[in-house]
Amino acid sequence: MSHAVHEPNWPARIVIALAALIALILAVALAVTIGEMRIPLRTALEALANGLFALDFPVGAIEQGVIFDYRLSRALMAGLCGGALALSGAILQALLRNPLAEPYVLGISAGASTGAVAVLILGVGIGGTTLTVSAGAFIGSCAALAVVAMLAAGAGGASDRVILAGVATSQIFNAATATIVTTLASAEQARGVMFWLLGNFGGVRWPDLWIAAPVAVLGFAICMLHAKVLDAFAFGVDAAASLGVAVTRVKVVLFATTAVMTAVMVSIVGTVGFVGLIIPHAARFLVGSGHARLLPACLVVGAIFMILADILSRVLIPQQILPIGVVTALFGAPVFAIILHRARLPA
Amino acid sequence: MTLATREARWGAAGRMIVDGVTLQAAPGRVLGLIGPNGSGKSSLLRLLCRLRNVASGVVTLDGQDIAGVPRRRLARRLAFVEQQATTDIQLCVCDVVRLGRTPHRTALASWNGQDEAAVNQALERVGLADRHDQPWHTLSGGERQRVHIARALAQEPSELILDEPTNHLDIRHQLAILGLVRRLGITCIMALHDLNLAAMFCDEIALLHEGRLQAAGPPDTVLTPNAIQRIFGVSVAIGSGASGRRHIEYLVETEPGSGGAGID
Repeated sequence: MSHAVHEPNWPARIVIALAALIALILAVALAVTIGEMRIPLRTALEALANGLFALDFPVGAIEQGVIFDYRLSRALMAGLCGGALALSGAILQALLRNPLAEPYVLGISAGASTGAVAVLILGVGIGGTTLTVSAGAFIGSCAALAVVAMLAAGAGGASDRVILAGVATSQIFNAATATIVTTLASAEQARGVMFWLLGNFGGVRWPDLWIAAPVAVLGFAICMLHAKVLDAFAFGVDAAASLGVAVTRVKVVLFATTAVMTAVMVSIVGTVGFVGLIIPHAARFLVGSGHARLLPACLVVGAIFMILADILSRVLIPQQILPIGVVTALFGAPVFAIILHRARLPA
Repeated sequence: MTLATREARWGAAGRMIVDGVTLQAAPGRVLGLIGPNGSGKSSLLRLLCRLRNVASGVVTLDGQDIAGVPRRRLARRLAFVEQQATTDIQLCVCDVVRLGRTPHRTALASWNGQDEAAVNQALERVGLADRHDQPWHTLSGGERQRVHIARALAQEPSELILDEPTNHLDIRHQLAILGLVRRLGITCIMALHDLNLAAMFCDEIALLHEGRLQAAGPPDTVLTPNAIQRIFGVSVAIGSGASGRRHIEYLVETEPGSGGAGID
């Protein structure tokens, strides 16, 4: 009988971390070089070097702008967004003990869009100052989380009820968003909002990354500090509590973390479904269900998936950009169906 | 000294479920909680390990109110085995037992030799050392319960609380689980349904009815025909079985067509 060794195997860890990093860099490199405008690889690399290290290769201003300000910022944002949403999905699935939990299904994304749209179109503010879109999205996502928690508690709190509560919450907030857009937005605003609601990396610029990157990094750090605790939820809340987990505190901290991560990503790129759902399942398949390995895997796999999905959204139809949510849903919906089917089977 | 309650009360939805129970466990002994369905056994166990907080009264561990003890420290003293806890997550036996080390590890601590030793020792004590890597969902009910006990032992507790650990197990596995609990040598408090098994494996028995403690003491003094008739509504005769041990026989009509046993 060979007992699995649980002591950290540093060489293996470093190899895996390096491989993940290389895969990420390759995905970003792919995203930077593929696009409507043909730019030679050499020019692309020179433009990157110019932007990153303040060098002075002779690159045309347009190429420099497309490579560095447009494609690179977009690719990095896609990575952060995919990683953060996948991480949020893994956290929600563990806390709620439900394979279908994720920000989009639970209505957190819908709440964030309502908040963002309220700010964009109504100019909602506090004390005379207009809120930023991120702040609006955050308040909206917290409101959605509160509604889900209330509905779920009212329905007995079982984990399948949480999903039903999430579906109801999504409907409520989507209806609110639609009401605001159809009654108050100009035609031009409405078109912009609709495109944004399906997810759009087109408007991403560097300043967005200065918000998204710290949030993703901090969110990941908070989640990693709770990795062991999340494992303890495997047999339910009472089991976790009897293992010494301060269940209420952990839930508040982690729900807030996922709400902030989701809100920030939604406020920048709009709602993107299914990433939070399918990536944790794919990552579990790769590294198992221990959260110390699952959470980093979600971050990396989610990032790579989203960067590739963004490339697809740009090249699938020539001369046109598909909303990113459309691409992720094209992959996500069939996987969602498979999970639903498997959830029916006895454990 | 070990776990004790004084006038512990707890209710839900306007109904008292544990209604002023004063009880003390003896160190290193097995205390059985007996009572009809809904008599408050499970709730009392949850109060003992602070999964619920008492509405009034107090639960003490070594004389100290457990309400003030941090949950992690409590989990290094007290382990709890639920009725049939299961999971959809793909885990193997060692993953489940490793969870028992949670209260001993800080957020950044890596898995060490002491943790590994505790897990292997716990698996050996429940007789599942050779199942270390077996997937959880391929285990039988009795094996799952033994893995849960191993997980609890990996916490290195001095008190073990079990909620009907033999529920839904066949008789051989019931006997195996209770024999295992009996041999652990730590203070055990467990809810049980079967009166004969309780008499066989418990040092002391506490009889609960409608949230109140009716009697507590050695099985001989608690499990009397009168008490069983009064609380369970079943007539019994107590004799000595083939082994010379006390045996509780249920005096009900089992012939067909005679009107049946009847619950009134």
